Amino acid sequence: MLIVLLYSFLQKDTYAGIIWSFSWDGWFNVFLQEDIFDETVNIADAHLSIFLRSIRLSFFTTILTFIVGFPTAYFISTRPEKTRNIWLFMITIPFWTNLLIRTFAIMEIIRNEGVINTVLIASGLIDQPIQILYTDFAISLGLVYVYLPLMVLPLYASIEKLDFRLVEAGYDLYGNRWQVLRRIIFPLVKPGIIAGSILVFIPSIGAYVTPRLLGGGKSLMLGNLIEFQFGQGRNWPLGSSLSITLFILVMIALLFYIKITTKKGGERD
Amino acid sequence: MKRLIISAVVGLGLVVGSGAAMADGELNIFNWGNYTNPKLIEKFEQAYNVEVTLSDYDSNDSMLAKIKAGGHGYDISVPSDYMVSVMISEGLLLKTAPNKMANFKNIEPGFADPYFDEGRQYSVPWQWGTTALSVNTETYKGDIDTWSVIFNPPEELRGKINVVPEMNDVINAALRYKGFPLCNGNKAQLKEVNDMMQNAKQYWLTMEYGNVERLANGDIHAAVNWNGASMRARLANSAIKYGYPKEGLGTWMDNVVVLADAKNVENAKLFQNFIMDPENAAMISDFAKYANGIAGSMKYLPEEFASAPEIVPPSYYKAEFTQVCPNEVNEMYTKIWTNLLK
Repeated sequence: MLIVLLYSFLQKDTYAGIIWSFSWDGWFNVFLQEDIFDETVNIADAHLSIFLRSIRLSFFTTILTFIVGFPTAYFISTRPEKTRNIWLFMITIPFWTNLLIRTFAIMEIIRNEGVINTVLIASGLIDQPIQILYTDFAISLGLVYVYLPLMVLPLYASIEKLDFRLVEAGYDLYGNRWQVLRRIIFPLVKPGIIAGSILVFIPSIGAYVTPRLLGGGKSLMLGNLIEFQFGQGRNWPLGSSLSITLFILVMIALLFYIKITTKKGGERD
Repeated sequence: MKRLIISAVVGLGLVVGSGAAMADGELNIFNWGNYTNPKLIEKFEQAYNVEVTLSDYDSNDSMLAKIKAGGHGYDISVPSDYMVSVMISEGLLLKTAPNKMANFKNIEPGFADPYFDEGRQYSVPWQWGTTALSVNTETYKGDIDTWSVIFNPPEELRGKINVVPEMNDVINAALRYKGFPLCNGNKAQLKEVNDMMQNAKQYWLTMEYGNVERLANGDIHAAVNWNGASMRARLANSAIKYGYPKEGLGTWMDNVVVLADAKNVENAKLFQNFIMDPENAAMISDFAKYANGIAGSMKYLPEEFASAPEIVPPSYYKAEFTQVCPNEVNEMYTKIWTNLLK
């Protein structure tokens, strides 16, 4: 980490590597760039849009994993105690397989000649394959699949501790299902929601393999941009500065979460 | 279950470990992925009683970054032409003097004294080939000997094209298509190239490596591609043809070099000499389907290979190695490229 920080303040060498002299160039290039065609200095919109895409996709992924993960966790924690462990065990099974293999498996399912398209065409619902692979949707799908257990497990931990008498009390007081969910269950399992969201959001924002394989490489994500600067771009200081920026982004996200939790917690006490 | 797996892995490690103890030495080769014939490695291991470990990379630049970072433990790597000269100038290579080795006489005269390693003091040919394009000729029946297939694609190919994420190859192709000089710092011309690529990108499906399977199974119908990869795709799907753009195309050669911080120098030198033997060079080509630059190796290869359209270029083809561009130009290329991929 310190080495990366140090590198970000050095000058770049012609063929990758660094020269040991102080320079702001790395940081300068993260946010600003000299326009190659008219030499004006502008905001580096290429980097900015890559940052925004990464944040947007990670955010989307977090919400999707929650939408899928919450009912799953709720289902598991309401099973009889004996069978719960089996369900949990099943949630962790995908972790046994290498990430790359899982990603290739998804590709096989959503390819143009893949399972989904073949079934849809055979059933006569569509006559041209739908392009699912190599879209932002495919990236999100891959990330959701990969990080879903990270959402389910902390959620399960909180829901399991939930006192279901409170839920019954809610119904007794004529609360409908939505009100019970929103006013009773969500506040009580909040620590789980927050932990799960952090666990999903942080790795998604720096994800490398999944966006590259499922996104088709046409649109970079942060992880891929950093790799490019260390490789073909031959600009280690810029790569280092971008890594630190990613680190700071993650820190901000964390602090933000911590702030919400402590504040809301205080109100309720 | 988990314990079972662990013990299996440990057991396997013991078997491999005891094998290493018997060999005279080790050799760590760092080569491009899916590029090394396992039979060649086996033959070398048996001939010299050496344990070979193979690791792979997907681009010259990621290889360079790893080597420069140090602590890699590799003895040999296989950089392309321009990267050989970069690595020589950076002092990353060991002067093994292949020109004094026994099998040096087998190198084809055209490759014995290349610009990137004059007199071959560091490097030995591995394979060479061209960078052009592959097209599925069932989908598109028009002229494929032009870069317009990629930069101004015909209706039939739109949305079905893969462009490999090799910054230099792609920008050079675009410069050639426009008829501009390579390693070009001219801003007006670069702007034209930039605008053309920005516009063409909407017709590209992906920018990824791994053309062979995807061309063969119809995920993509055209691609910026290397000749050997195109041949492998054709062997799986006869509709795939390799186009030689009339506007010009790049020629490259990958070369076996020994790294300055190699630990198994003698074995590495043995390997350099070993692959200059025509029969061994033929094994390299047999696997990856590129020519190897060693005279007399073709007779160990099937006739279909020696006369393949991907190996024998048309008469207007002119070999033109990729050059190292000056730093300012590379910086401009990098900006155009990040802007393209944003």
